[in-house]
Amino acid sequence: MRSGKEISAYLKNHPNLYFTVHNKKVVLGLSMFLFFALLALLGTLLTPYNYSDIAGGSALPPNAKHILGTTQLGEDVFSQVIYGLRATFITGLIAGGLATLIGISVGFLAGYYGGSLLDEGLMMITNIMLVIPIIAVLVIISAYLRHLSVFIQALIIGSYNWPWVARAVRAQTLAIKNNPYVNLSHISSIPISRIIREDIAFNMFSYIFMAFILQFSGSVLAAATLDFIGVGPTQGISLGLIMRFAILAGAILHGYWWWMIIPGLILTLLIVSLYLINTGLDEVFNPRLREL
Amino acid sequence: MPEKILEVKQLKIYYRTLQGFVKAVDGISFAMERGQIVGLAGESGCGKTTFCNGLILRKKPMQYMGGKALLLGHDLMSANKAEMRKLRYTNISLIPQSAMDSFSPTKKIKTLVSDLVRQHHIEADSDFFRKVKERFAQVNLTPDVLDSYPIELSGGMKQRVLMVIATMMNPDLLVADEISSALDVTSQRFVCKLLVDFLRKKFVGSVLFITHDLSILYQIAAKIIIMYAGHLVEVAPTKDIIHAPKHPYTKALITSLPRIGVRFKDHKLRGIGGVPPKLLEIGPGCRFRFRCPFADEICEQKTPPVENINREHSIMCHHWKKIDRNEHEHSTKR
Amino acid sequence: MNTVQNDNHNTIMELKDVTKVFRRGFFRKENIYAVDHISFNLYRGNIVSLIGESGSGKTTTGKMILKLLKPTSGNIYYRGRDINLIKSARQKVEYYKDVQAVFQEPFASFNPLFRVDRIFDMVFSSLLPEIKSHDEREEQVHTVLRSVHLEPREVLQKYPHQLSGGQLQRLLIARALLLHARVLVADELISMLDASTRVGVLNLLGELAYRKGLAVIFITHDLSLGFYMSDKSLIMYNGRLVETGDTEKVYNEAVHPYTKLLLNSVPDIGFRWNMDKAFNPEHIVSDIDDFYNKNRNRYPKGLVQTGDGDHKVMYTL
Repeated sequence: MRSGKEISAYLKNHPNLYFTVHNKKVVLGLSMFLFFALLALLGTLLTPYNYSDIAGGSALPPNAKHILGTTQLGEDVFSQVIYGLRATFITGLIAGGLATLIGISVGFLAGYYGGSLLDEGLMMITNIMLVIPIIAVLVIISAYLRHLSVFIQALIIGSYNWPWVARAVRAQTLAIKNNPYVNLSHISSIPISRIIREDIAFNMFSYIFMAFILQFSGSVLAAATLDFIGVGPTQGISLGLIMRFAILAGAILHGYWWWMIIPGLILTLLIVSLYLINTGLDEVFNPRLREL
Repeated sequence: MPEKILEVKQLKIYYRTLQGFVKAVDGISFAMERGQIVGLAGESGCGKTTFCNGLILRKKPMQYMGGKALLLGHDLMSANKAEMRKLRYTNISLIPQSAMDSFSPTKKIKTLVSDLVRQHHIEADSDFFRKVKERFAQVNLTPDVLDSYPIELSGGMKQRVLMVIATMMNPDLLVADEISSALDVTSQRFVCKLLVDFLRKKFVGSVLFITHDLSILYQIAAKIIIMYAGHLVEVAPTKDIIHAPKHPYTKALITSLPRIGVRFKDHKLRGIGGVPPKLLEIGPGCRFRFRCPFADEICEQKTPPVENINREHSIMCHHWKKIDRNEHEHSTKR
Repeated sequence: MNTVQNDNHNTIMELKDVTKVFRRGFFRKENIYAVDHISFNLYRGNIVSLIGESGSGKTTTGKMILKLLKPTSGNIYYRGRDINLIKSARQKVEYYKDVQAVFQEPFASFNPLFRVDRIFDMVFSSLLPEIKSHDEREEQVHTVLRSVHLEPREVLQKYPHQLSGGQLQRLLIARALLLHARVLVADELISMLDASTRVGVLNLLGELAYRKGLAVIFITHDLSLGFYMSDKSLIMYNGRLVETGDTEKVYNEAVHPYTKLLLNSVPDIGFRWNMDKAFNPEHIVSDIDDFYNKNRNRYPKGLVQTGDGDHKVMYTL
């Protein structure tokens, strides 16, 4: 066990770590995010109901038995939120992860072979992808698929969100590639794989990490939007779907605010937590933004 | 008696860091008159950029610790936001160190210019741009530079644009931080000529030229200030600094200057071994003592006071008289 | 045949009509001649300055010598063999054991995430794998560090940002020494250093050239340094060599208007610029450009005018 003093001294010598731990935004954002993650992971232990079980009376406001109330059909909103959060996290991880992975691959290849035909080809594909409207594609897909699961939706979102990452990674790769230390590795006859790993990739880590966080939140929002307008999954539940059903049942008109607003609020808070982490990390990684 | 434009008295600016104060500017004093180009010379890390940025705006972690900086009588250190806003750009103008790289690549030059001057509550109308074009002509820039993007201009052209924009209001003091260092040698000379011209045409009242290159200061400066580790170790007219330096650091700097006519084979130049001291919580004592061949215990214990050799020449060294005498004896002995 | 008979046993490197063209624009129609038919020889133990302003092509030339770029046409010979034929990994290793570089920005020459001793590890793992024992490796590193006046204990375990520019530059020179390199391409190696540290690094380089026979290609825009350091000077403008020869000849008897322009622009504490006279480098340079554009088809064969002996000047108005 290290003493408090030792830890403090260690932190002071590793400014990145020190600032991460002391940055208010990161700490706050991370706490919120972890809270929701735990809820999604273990929340089902807190409720005996499944998301589509008829748990109680119709449209009951929050009470002791149903802490977030019930829907018009009598489903427990709290349970729905837990399962919905789970779906949201799956979407964020899969779609965000996929987009980041494709984006890194495309962007890196384009940047490393910058100026070549490969680069121009990849960028052309990227630019075309940027122009295609995802909603149109999803409307068409959902017209053809009888069953659209959360997983498939995540895959589709992930395969459309990558262009942004690709462009950013390409720019970073180009910048790093021209650094003298990369040239020095070349004239030391270092194998290309090692150059790519140690000189280029390692120096992009913080950038890629933040890109992933943005992709996570972007995918979550995209999924919620699609679910809300009706081209969402046909099975399962997500926060966006909860809101959709609420609107369809006229929740606002009837005054069932707990059904509509609470899921929306939770979604918002999740996105805000990610935003806080990202902005905070920006300050950590960019020495000039650091407050003392 | 020429007007005193800038009077700096015992100015102290430190940086607040995780581990304490970095004493970047630690009690400096000097004065500048109208019509003068004064050179501030020093190695990187000596505090010269901290000083000139500190004159204009002090942002965290920079912290004002004491002393005065009087611009035409107004103390820049104690001026409030409104007063500083009035003085900035109109009376004192700064071309910061990496200004050339700060052009937004997606904006045309004329957009940059109008954005900049609007920040200082100046109307960027056709009258204003007419004056800009007139000044452009003076520096060999064609009017279509205004419609160009930064990427279309060379380094020298960008520097000239900066010089014109920085002096549109005919400031009393122009602070130029390493404006020639990143330029090719011909552009460098051209920029120096421009500074001298600007001064003669009264586009600027005086210039504080910050650089590490003493050879350039020899060409354009009337007075040179040698800064080392936050202290002004020697201040004197140019010819004295270059041809008769008294401080060991100045002497070493002069002998390390390569000159056309000096070949490595025939005469090796001598550098200064070691590195400048870390300014984190640095204590008393002469800061040059670690690299000075004449250092002794006094240098370690006491910070040398500022001594006036004559009205125009000041020095911070315990032993300058002794060193000077020894040299004199040495040269007369030959 | 791709080998060249060395007229002089001392010639270690030869560039013949080396050209590098970059294609720009949509459909790559625009040609930019970054380096245009450069020819010169490098001798053992000699320091040659390649002097030019930005855009002159000097850095591109350096990169081609280091095989970081391939010439569009022309040949570079190292000890008589065309370096373009160096393809296999083993051949590359042999080449890089002899030909090394120190680049301009000391801080950017080190991967910021690793300690500085990594540069030596890289050399051992790729170029000197035959030295296996840890102790022997350490001893060799300590030896070269001392020859560049660095104390091993003070520098080896540090990160780049913890050391000064001068120390980093010395580390890079030490790395080249570890390989017993015969040719060093020094690309503006001191422009990022302070005046007081520059001299130390330059003197070191000079000593290495004269005592160990290291051939140095000193790429710089600073003429006073070029004069201080080099035996031969090559003045480059717009991708072409405009004046070449022994340093003293080029500086004291400059013929080409561009060389004269450069010499007039150097600040020196030996003489003062005349601030009353107008100074218009752009006019001189555009005259030169016009002349060369008009005579493009005579270039390069018809344009080199021989001064006396080794002093060559590109034909000029």
